[in-house]
Amino acid sequence: MRLLLLFALSLAASVQAALPIQNWTTSSGARVYFVQSRGIPMLDINVDFDAGGRRVPADKAGLGGLAHTLLKAGSAAHSEEEISRRIADVGAQLGGKIDRDRAGMSLRTLSSERERAQAIAAFADILQSPSFPEGAFVREKARLLANVKEGETKPDTIASKAFHRAIYGEHPYGLAPTPETVARIARADAQNLYRSNYVAERAVITIVGDADRSLAERIAEQLSVALPRSQGAPAPLPAIALPRAQTLRIAHPATQSHILLGLPAITRADPDYFPLLVGNYTLGGGDLLSRLYLEVREKRGYAYSVYSYFQPLAQEGPFQIGVQTKTEQADAALAQVRAVLDAFLARGPSAAELKAAKQNLVGGFALRLDSNRKLLDQVALIGFYQLPLAWLDDFTSRIEKVGLADVRAAFARRVRADNLVTVVVGSGGKN
Amino acid sequence: MTIAILRTLFALILAVAVDVAAAPDPAQARKLENGLRVIVKEDHRAPTAVHMVWYVAGSMDEFNGTTGVAHLLEHMMFKGTKTVKSGEFSRRIAAAGGRENAFTSRDYTAYFQQVPKAALPLMMRFEADRMSNLLVSKTEFSREIKVVMEERRMRTEDQPHALVSEALNAAAYRAHPYRHPTVGWMNDLESMSERDARHWYARWYAPNNAIVVVVGDVKADDVFRLAQEYYGRIKAKPLPERKPQVEPEQRGPRRVIVKAPAELPYLQMGWKCPVLRDVAKDWEPYALEVLMGVLDGNESARLNQSLVRESRLASEVGTSYDSTGRGPGMCLVDGTPSQGKSAAELEAGLRAELARLAQDGVTEDELARVKAQVVASQVFKRDSIFGQAMEIGQFEISGLSYRDIDRALEQVKAVTAEQVRAVAKRYFVDDGLTVAVLDPQPLDQAKPRPAPAGARH
Repeated sequence: MRLLLLFALSLAASVQAALPIQNWTTSSGARVYFVQSRGIPMLDINVDFDAGGRRVPADKAGLGGLAHTLLKAGSAAHSEEEISRRIADVGAQLGGKIDRDRAGMSLRTLSSERERAQAIAAFADILQSPSFPEGAFVREKARLLANVKEGETKPDTIASKAFHRAIYGEHPYGLAPTPETVARIARADAQNLYRSNYVAERAVITIVGDADRSLAERIAEQLSVALPRSQGAPAPLPAIALPRAQTLRIAHPATQSHILLGLPAITRADPDYFPLLVGNYTLGGGDLLSRLYLEVREKRGYAYSVYSYFQPLAQEGPFQIGVQTKTEQADAALAQVRAVLDAFLARGPSAAELKAAKQNLVGGFALRLDSNRKLLDQVALIGFYQLPLAWLDDFTSRIEKVGLADVRAAFARRVRADNLVTVVVGSGGKN
Repeated sequence: MTIAILRTLFALILAVAVDVAAAPDPAQARKLENGLRVIVKEDHRAPTAVHMVWYVAGSMDEFNGTTGVAHLLEHMMFKGTKTVKSGEFSRRIAAAGGRENAFTSRDYTAYFQQVPKAALPLMMRFEADRMSNLLVSKTEFSREIKVVMEERRMRTEDQPHALVSEALNAAAYRAHPYRHPTVGWMNDLESMSERDARHWYARWYAPNNAIVVVVGDVKADDVFRLAQEYYGRIKAKPLPERKPQVEPEQRGPRRVIVKAPAELPYLQMGWKCPVLRDVAKDWEPYALEVLMGVLDGNESARLNQSLVRESRLASEVGTSYDSTGRGPGMCLVDGTPSQGKSAAELEAGLRAELARLAQDGVTEDELARVKAQVVASQVFKRDSIFGQAMEIGQFEISGLSYRDIDRALEQVKAVTAEQVRAVAKRYFVDDGLTVAVLDPQPLDQAKPRPAPAGARH
């Protein structure tokens, strides 16, 4: 039996969001976002820090990921092995993610008293007292170096690094680890990065699941009370300058060429996000029905994988089109991709295409939220980027408001051929 | 979507359950007259549903010369039927706000959609249509086979680790069709025709060779009624005889080397071992699951702790074992040596760990840890209707009953330390072992030859 009606009534009585996200700040200044969901006896917790790739100095690219990995490599009170065991012993699952903006860790645990208490204690330990043991540091640095070198042999990694470097230039968003930058990283760098960036005042805690407000408050407090404290605002990041249009060709012996096109495009909070999202569905985001899919894959069989997407970040995140095709037809495939893009930029979607895009984005909204995990990811996004709490409530109505002219105008502003960078990796081993 | 609908949506997802610990509804099944099995599990947390159709036809059912046809046909299933134009099914799913995809494995080909629940009848209608009315046109085939070749290039040709996997299976299985890659050998793809695809479809796509699984905010009775309405009118087909092609017992270790452009070596070791045929009587597959959990179930498990963290012999290690499947079983261990270490050294390290386990067994601590994870995962899986549907499908396609899913988990929890040691001793032996090694090659193979003496630039 579910107390649906009661729940819905209590919401209707106020101007609260339809999705009840509770929000407060812990004693140390961490922001908390909590969504109660009691159908399954489990809890999902995510903690994001302003410690993504953008906070790393260029000459030590790779430090962000390394410091992040080392959080669980040992604390003041527990060895690496003990940390892993404490979590596994109660069936909990630890996760971690890092991107250009944020570094985060997540915990999934049963909500029963004993399991929850032990899992959260272990999690609190990882987040708040990492000791960066020398042995683990040396080991992880060596692993990172090996991975970087391996990456230098893989066409997709080569393409991605070249693409980001080309579109961002010297901006930290364009950084990627090299053997040289990794070699320079010292243990003290990891400790300093932690102290400077894993600070409570810029931390965002998201909790979804089987808990009440009071428990959520205690958990958030436990996870943040001993975090490093801010020593002042982080160094401001440079503005992003749009690149000049260019094509980079990089040799590789693979049977397929990996092709990327794009440019810096959109921030998280920008209202252009909605027309771009709707437009991109038609261009290359709409699964089996997009123009790129139809022209490049369906009609010509050039590729298995062809797509386009926008990745909004704190500063202008990339717009990217990607396609992989056998090297003999790389130029033909690229020409076809450009033709599709140019036609879209010139005229935008048709009325029928716009309608289909909106139908899918609105009709499929429930699928973005039909599990605790999905809720956690969505709310963590809202929290980190300080989007309005009503973001999810308003999502579908903002999609519905997008018109043909809005899409054309947003693309004209954000995706200009003059600034489009193309990277082609793989042409049979010849430059 | 109005605010009122949104509130209902969220209220459902976040429903306060009076009894938080209440077990979820069990699944229910019916078999239609034409042999189609329909399994439904109600889950009312969100107004969405997953609808899957599993065909008991995978790459293991292919003949020599036409490997890859099961997967190719999976692609062709999106190209239209006698009554529904190519892409129309996808358009209707998208318009309903749904998502779709399909996958082919060695054992099966499965198609699924995730949709707001109101779209379920439409999904069943379309899926039933393409179960019996698919058109395989020469034009569409000639384009799609190119796409599949690109897929093979993307997933295998240009992926050294995938090449190693492919080589391992080809060496480990001599008689059994598990030796073929599901995407197919490239030459078979190049030689394939639309007739091969049509024959495959005619042979295997029948209601008596399929299982429909629905999980979500539905009522079982409604789903059975819809299934009868849409799938019920399709006629059963006599199915071809399936030759068992039982793999003869392996009587000695096998080794294979793959050369490909890469920085680091890579190693895969596969031991032949049993899979579940009788959920109640078989105990070894459960013991093997626990064994793999002890080796690799968390970051302090044996392999990672010993080889990555302590001795640093490995940059990465992993394991893989599926206790269910139509074909024979294999326990896999893989790893990347640390820079400066060789695949041979890593192999020696892995062997030593396994020998230690076979000799000394596992501790009660380790056993308890693995079981705690099994217990927790039973709860966590309730957060994903897709995951639940997959689990039901996987069991059924492997010849087991979905009703035994929980029982199988209980059996895992009952495994003893002695049983774990016993399976380690019995199955992790050289005579059942196949080893595949990546020998990394430099990228720039073709270095320019030095100019002959006296030549001008």
